[in-house]
Amino acid sequence: MPMRESSNISSKREIKAPVVREYLDQRGENLHKILKESISDFPGAEISVSIDMVTVKIDSVQLVKICEFLKYTEKFGFDYLSCITVVDYEEDQERFEMIYHLISIRLHHKMAIKVSLPSNDPTVPSVLGVWKSADWFEREAHDLFGIKFEGRENLPPLLLYEGFEGYPGRKSYPFHDYGEW
Amino acid sequence: MQVHQQVSEYSDAIDLMVNMGPQHPSTHGVFRLVIWVDGERIVKVEPHIGYLHRGSEKICESEQYSQIVTLFDRLDYVGNLNNELAFCLAVEKLTETVVPERAEYIRVILCELNRIASHMLFYGVYGLDAGATTPMLYGFRERERVQELFESVTGARMMHNYIRIGGVKEDVPDDFDENVLVLLDHLKRGIDECDRLLSQNEMFLARTKGVGIITGEDALDYGVTGPALRASGVIEDVRVTDPYSIYSRFDFGIPVGSNGDCWDRYYVRVEEMRESIKIVEQAISDIPNGDISAKVRRIIRPPVGEVFVRTESPRGDLGVFLVSDGSDKPYRVKVRPPSFANLQALEYMLKDTYIADAVLVLGSIDIIMGEVDR
Repeated sequence: MPMRESSNISSKREIKAPVVREYLDQRGENLHKILKESISDFPGAEISVSIDMVTVKIDSVQLVKICEFLKYTEKFGFDYLSCITVVDYEEDQERFEMIYHLISIRLHHKMAIKVSLPSNDPTVPSVLGVWKSADWFEREAHDLFGIKFEGRENLPPLLLYEGFEGYPGRKSYPFHDYGEW
Repeated sequence: MQVHQQVSEYSDAIDLMVNMGPQHPSTHGVFRLVIWVDGERIVKVEPHIGYLHRGSEKICESEQYSQIVTLFDRLDYVGNLNNELAFCLAVEKLTETVVPERAEYIRVILCELNRIASHMLFYGVYGLDAGATTPMLYGFRERERVQELFESVTGARMMHNYIRIGGVKEDVPDDFDENVLVLLDHLKRGIDECDRLLSQNEMFLARTKGVGIITGEDALDYGVTGPALRASGVIEDVRVTDPYSIYSRFDFGIPVGSNGDCWDRYYVRVEEMRESIKIVEQAISDIPNGDISAKVRRIIRPPVGEVFVRTESPRGDLGVFLVSDGSDKPYRVKVRPPSFANLQALEYMLKDTYIADAVLVLGSIDIIMGEVDR
């Protein structure tokens, strides 16, 4: 069983909380094994486990390469991108974390890819060329968190209206700034 | 709102831009579709969403775990219990809570009945989309029977807030078992009746067969899940391929289509209702006595970590991603709404169909805008 990497969750309130226990099922164990062998081709890639999800942390320049590798390699076959999540770790140097949840319908694998982005220039390559389902998820990330996608400049707003100021998904966006009326 | 993408590459062919929505009787919500047509053939469509964007994910970050269940009710407001279940499963996985057997069975029974109610609503409004008024009356009659049972159990017709972290809110009424059996009896006849009424209707077949075709491979690429994906021949159901709760104990089939057209998407749902009845029948016959909730602290503080769960909602693969920082409120909640991803494929399905079919293709994806916009 692999050891969990230290979590980069912001310690704003200094809470001494226990950390989740990881337990992979048989499928997860197999995926972890074959992924560990293949991952050495990608310098800087780290493999870890979060509860029952095999997670690969990778540099943003290699994102498209690893996505294509995972989709088109026979033994992985991640044909379905489930969702793209952005998490805003406000106080960290690497402020934004993109999480891509991949699922292999054919082989019943599931895994996540993580990419950390700096606060001043949150730019990540678009994976639209690999999975078409990335389209709206990327536009949503652009709307709510201000993530920029290489190759997809001038993205029109999807969930917000034209001319909306700011990025409402970010932790810094004022939330309770209204009064009772 | 402006139309963003210029269609210069089609400019010689286009003679009309049709604006469907934001309010339109067939859109079951607020949704705008801009359609460029060449004669009656659709050249290009551009969906505009976000009219119901409430920032649910952001609101979740400022609520305690037990309060968030109500927010999930309001995402997919036709399949409420399935949504509640998805969130509760995520928290339970994070806190390693073991849910009592009885609660699991109650959850499964109610979720499957909710699936039937949701598909019955689809059946009704899809008939309406195709221009038939009667199926709506039959569909809503059956749905109302399920809603009445929900009301007797949860106290509400729609926003139940019944499934809680660690179990369910309270035990079911004493006459629950009999009521469910009576309901199943009604539903079985009702589904057969609905099936006979619409499925093989010649005009309905003419309007839905071979319309809005999407292949299984493309559907997966676009992230389409649920009945819409199964209609294209891909055997994928989270209840079977990645079982959650106690679904692995039941014996049921996965209805799969072969052509991936509107009729297949419609009929997969009709068949799915029959499979759901099988699950409820099995569950009601071996529902045990016992506790209905695990011992959960009133203020839940899960350990630091993150979890992603997938469930099969009536519309498809509903995922919940949860990041906990150890406090009583989640650090981040991300919902992977099935309708949102399914709607992306609309552009593909509508290309080169006729404008009269636009409503039928849109209806066959069965979107709920509360979930798309969150």
